[in-house]
Amino acid sequence: MENFVQQIINGLTLGSIYGLIAIGYTMVFGIIGMVNFAHGDVFMVSTFIALILFLALTQLLGLPSIYLALFLVLVAAMVLTSLWSWAIERVAYRPLRGSFRLAPLISAIGMSIFLMNFVQVTQGPRNKPLPPMFNDVIQLSGLPGAANGITLAWKQILIMAVTAVLLCVFWFVVQKTALGRAQRAVEQDRRMAALLGVDVNRTVSLTFVIGAALAAVAGTLYLVQYGVVRFDDGFIPGVKAFTAAVLGGIGSIPGAVLGGLLIGLIEVLWSAYVSSDYKNVAAFSVLIVVLIFMPSGLLGRPEVEKV
Amino acid sequence: MAATDASGPTRLGKALRDAGFAALVAAALSFPILALRAEADMNNTLVLEQRWSWILVAAAAVGSARFFASLLDDWRARAAAVLGAWALLFGAGLAVFSRLLDRDALVWALGAGVLLLAYAWFQETRARPAPAAPAAAAPKTRDALRLFAIAATAAVIAYPIVLLFWLGPQGSLKWINNYGVQILIYVMLGWGLNIVVGLAGLLDLGYVAFFALGAYAYALLSTTFGLSFWLCLPLAGVLAAFAGVLLGFPVLRLRGDYLALVTLAFGEIINIVLTNWVDVTNGEAGVSSIPRITFFGLPFTAADDGFAATFGLGFSPIHRTIFLFYLVLALALLTCFITVRLRRLPLGRAWEALREDDIACRSLGLNTTNIKLTAFALGAMFGGFAGAFFAVRQGFVNPNSFTFMESATILAIVVLGGMGSQTGVALAAVAMIGGTEILRELDFLKRLFGEDFDPNQYRMLIFGLAMVTMMIWKPRGLVSNRQPSIFLKERRAVSGGLVKEGHG
Repeated sequence: MENFVQQIINGLTLGSIYGLIAIGYTMVFGIIGMVNFAHGDVFMVSTFIALILFLALTQLLGLPSIYLALFLVLVAAMVLTSLWSWAIERVAYRPLRGSFRLAPLISAIGMSIFLMNFVQVTQGPRNKPLPPMFNDVIQLSGLPGAANGITLAWKQILIMAVTAVLLCVFWFVVQKTALGRAQRAVEQDRRMAALLGVDVNRTVSLTFVIGAALAAVAGTLYLVQYGVVRFDDGFIPGVKAFTAAVLGGIGSIPGAVLGGLLIGLIEVLWSAYVSSDYKNVAAFSVLIVVLIFMPSGLLGRPEVEKV
Repeated sequence: MAATDASGPTRLGKALRDAGFAALVAAALSFPILALRAEADMNNTLVLEQRWSWILVAAAAVGSARFFASLLDDWRARAAAVLGAWALLFGAGLAVFSRLLDRDALVWALGAGVLLLAYAWFQETRARPAPAAPAAAAPKTRDALRLFAIAATAAVIAYPIVLLFWLGPQGSLKWINNYGVQILIYVMLGWGLNIVVGLAGLLDLGYVAFFALGAYAYALLSTTFGLSFWLCLPLAGVLAAFAGVLLGFPVLRLRGDYLALVTLAFGEIINIVLTNWVDVTNGEAGVSSIPRITFFGLPFTAADDGFAATFGLGFSPIHRTIFLFYLVLALALLTCFITVRLRRLPLGRAWEALREDDIACRSLGLNTTNIKLTAFALGAMFGGFAGAFFAVRQGFVNPNSFTFMESATILAIVVLGGMGSQTGVALAAVAMIGGTEILRELDFLKRLFGEDFDPNQYRMLIFGLAMVTMMIWKPRGLVSNRQPSIFLKERRAVSGGLVKEGHG
């Protein structure tokens, strides 16, 4: 029993990270209808930015407080990752609006390959391990049936809390602010929105920037939780986060987080109780099954085909 | 051009502003990733290696590229000017940082830079004739392409023989094997995927799964049941086609980008199963000692009943390599021939119609599922053939040969070849696979970039950038005109850029 609860906690932690990445997929897909294939690699770039900045602050500048360092790293990683994503959109996607159907996706795949190999060339192909940090845990032993107790690390609480707060913030942004209204307008009809004075390019750019900032939060938290990054770490989490976005209903922000939590739970429970070798097969099978039998996801709207 | 002259000074100012902005962005982007490198030391703790000059390099390179792109109109002039500016920058870098100071390299870099810039200036300022109507030019291009294809095929057929006489059996082995066979495998895979992506317009990111199935089919059938290659080759194709149909049935009603993601997931699942189903596939260790190719039953060995002894030749390993070369050439040409002929059948026309507009196809009563399925199965079948060939050539297979990067490489070849063009795909395979192999041979690159320079490291980096550039510059491909396969009075080709595509 305690093992099961422990797995649930681990699954929710992993799922929160997937959920944060999935918001980027779902917002971009909602607004310009393209799968931003490079988003997983933007997440990977953000983990590297966070890692390098963390090392720079603690080793080069000798910042004593690890909490202050982490906070600065988080902010700087969000800014720099957003800039990466903005530049990618500007260079690789914007010229292709109105091009043929597969062009943006192929361009995104090219960008994904580029980012992965760029980091491999500049940072080397090996694992980058950080020593574990924030190791304080809470022992929950009072629960009925829990003999050895369940450990809940503070960083796991941090990850889930940050995800919950960001979900609320962005839900508010999309529902209540001018930016959110512009986004929804562009999503519904790009040309009409432009005619009514919405700056489409700016809105799309901002969407990419927000998605990348959330991916940077996920990247920093991923680094804190798992402590090791590699140049190809963006690919599999990227596909899983996309699965999460599809499962939750693509275009829906709460759906993305819900889907992320579900994918995290499925993955962790599958590797705990069925087979850890095949945990990725579980996530990919979910993608295939959802796309075939439930393409509008849990919270999404059914898609209407227009001629 | 007149417009350029009128707005000269403001244009220059704008170009400078753009360049400055781009350089700033490049500097900010490269700040953590380029300037600092985290590397684990002896105790496995990470330490930072500082190389701040790289920021300057990145900013200068991006800034100069943006400057000329903003200043010049003609794309030839732009490309030449950017390359020229980079050559000059490289020369300046050699002179300043002098770590690799090499007088010849310096002269070459500066000379090339000046020449390229002069060419750019010439291209930009010369009077250009009004562009000819694409329809009028098309038949000539078509004949030229056909002539080129025939000449290239003849050259490829003659390639090993010429090399054999020129370099002898020892010297030509590397050239036939590393360049010939290796490139032809990718040509064949490119042509196979071209049916799916180029003709039917279905983006398949898991093509390597069919390649893997073909390879493992031969590897396992031959090592377990002792079946011969000639029996396994069709079996591998059938098996892969069957897998294609199995995957295709449920997923082919998905729209383009969903389909791409599902095929990607399928490819990954196949790879994971190959890695973890140790009882059958032997996992990471792979299947080894796969029987080698035989000349229709005669083994290529030094034994008395071997190929060499039977035909009264002295034994040489080159016989096997040449046979493999012609075998993969035959398989590739078969792929190409079937594709070209199918394009003229109603089925092939339906593929292209489907690519152009899914909904219109359905409105006209075409069964889109069957049409997609045939494209998928045919592409998978050729992937399976290529896989069986790969296994018999290597004598060893393991899951590492069948990763997503392999799918991406094949897709890059198809995309860069101009989706749908057989000649383009073959040229792209030669340029991409042969090009990086050739770079390894060039000594002066080692002198410029240091002894440990390995162009293969940069291969996928260049592929990725090339895919993006290709999509922006010519999304319908280099050789992109739409040939009508059926016509009333005269054949009028339409330039690919003019084809407006429907959503579907």
